[in-house]
Amino acid sequence: MSRWRPDADRARLDDRLLVVAARVSAAASAGIVLLIGGFLLVESLPALRALGVAPFAGMSWHPTGGTDGGQFGLMPMLVGTLAAGGGAVALATPLALLAAVVCVFLAPPRIALLLGRVIELLAGIPSVVYGFWGLVVLVPLIRRLEPPGPSLLAGILVLALMILPTLALAADAALRAVPRELLTAASALGLSRTTTLVGVALPAARSGLWTGLLLGVGRALGETMAVLMVCGNVVQVPGTVFDPVRTLTANIALEMAYALDLHRAALFVSGLVLALLVTVLVLAAQATTAGSEAHP
Amino acid sequence: MTAPRHRLPPPQGLADRLLGAAASAAVLAIVGVFAWLLADLLRHGLGGLSWHFLMAPVEAAGRAGGIAPILVSTLAILAICLAAALPIGLGTAILLAELGDANSRFGRFVRRCLDILAGMPSIVFGLFGNAFFSLVLGLGFSLLAGGLTLACMVLPLFIREAEEGLRAVPQEQRLAAAALGLGRWRMLWLVVLPAAAPGLFVGLVLAVGRALAETAALLFTSGYVDRMPGSLLDSGRALSIHIYDLSMNVPGGEANAYTAALVLVALLLAINSAAAWLAGRLGRARWQVA
Repeated sequence: MSRWRPDADRARLDDRLLVVAARVSAAASAGIVLLIGGFLLVESLPALRALGVAPFAGMSWHPTGGTDGGQFGLMPMLVGTLAAGGGAVALATPLALLAAVVCVFLAPPRIALLLGRVIELLAGIPSVVYGFWGLVVLVPLIRRLEPPGPSLLAGILVLALMILPTLALAADAALRAVPRELLTAASALGLSRTTTLVGVALPAARSGLWTGLLLGVGRALGETMAVLMVCGNVVQVPGTVFDPVRTLTANIALEMAYALDLHRAALFVSGLVLALLVTVLVLAAQATTAGSEAHP
Repeated sequence: MTAPRHRLPPPQGLADRLLGAAASAAVLAIVGVFAWLLADLLRHGLGGLSWHFLMAPVEAAGRAGGIAPILVSTLAILAICLAAALPIGLGTAILLAELGDANSRFGRFVRRCLDILAGMPSIVFGLFGNAFFSLVLGLGFSLLAGGLTLACMVLPLFIREAEEGLRAVPQEQRLAAAALGLGRWRMLWLVVLPAAAPGLFVGLVLAVGRALAETAALLFTSGYVDRMPGSLLDSGRALSIHIYDLSMNVPGGEANAYTAALVLVALLLAINSAAAWLAGRLGRARWQVA
């Protein structure tokens, strides 16, 4: 959109102040990301300098142990994060896709509106409440099935519920943006519902669906409170979904309060790992969007 | 989510019927879990809800008494968060939407930074807030440190909404203002900002909702202290942290955790519904997940 630009007015003092103030606030907003990156790096440095990178890939996390200064293997927690996040995405994606298809194509307007409202309300429930509900409702149910109860499975279920709105709202927007001509052409060819959806609508909405999926994965990997409350927080590589696990985020939340020196720095290293993971996902999501704009 | 606009052909054959069944099952599962969660909160939480619960101090680590200091701390953190985020956010939105910087190199850089900021896990904000506000700036565990950390977190959300609100102002109004000889600043102040006020308000409400829901970023910035805060440099416990602490660290705290969770969910549902209603009246996509 072309905007009217009063070049002659630039000389006015209040106008120039406005531009300066806006630039300064924008620089401050953008600077926060750099500041966060900088602080994560600076606080991680003592550990990186003393230990190098290799020990963080180890399997053993004993940050306060012994005279040798402890062991800082993040691998079990990384596995926990990926298992909980991956499981949640695998569970939530089909549900979210179906819900979006119902909203955009299948349901009568009233039902679609109602379902949309429920999904919006789900999106508004805070993570600590999901965690609490998981702790008092889901964990006892899982305990009856297979002790101990707090487990990878509980984490997957709660996380799936939490990222479902993100995925569903993104899928809804992507499906709504499918050009009407494609769907009309599909009708003219006499394609059935399922063929139209699977063969026409979903491929046409592909890039929007990918963007939503990547953002959903980012949310699942970064979530703290819900997994902290239901996963049991035992540092181990889980053998089954009923085993307790600890995620990277939960590890930070649990140990930051008393961590000192190398231990504290090691926690910042795990924060740095998380931030990098999520940044890659966000940039990948942007790339898929940009790609779709170049080739509609 | 608005009404659907394309009708598919009527279902025929096995595949279509399977799809219909799967879709119905998915919808029932989603609505069912939502109803289950709400019903559970109401059933166990409503009994403890009273004027006394809202107005009394915390006793026995939360097992008894009320949540008055918690509510005060929460409000203080929210106020600090908004006081910091609104001016910076509005300035950034004005730059991106009004000053023609959206596609400049600087504008694109700012937008990319904000996208990354929006995806950053809340625990990372907690680490940053602890290192920067609590230690480097010397604020310690305080309402101020917590509120400023949250301000960083809600900034991208507020900027996106504010930018959309500004862009929704018809270009004719700007042209009319220009024809009257108003400069940029007076045009913005007298014409564009008043016209964009409802959209800016939606951004404000969503930012409040996001800040109210946050827990992890406050764990080691505003802290756990459950007394009534005396100043902004005191530590104070937010409502979300109170729920976490009662359910994880306080044996026998479950009943009051339920009631506190009910209070928080009721507040958030009211806030988000207000935002959705307001944005719906503005006639645009109502909700964007943070």
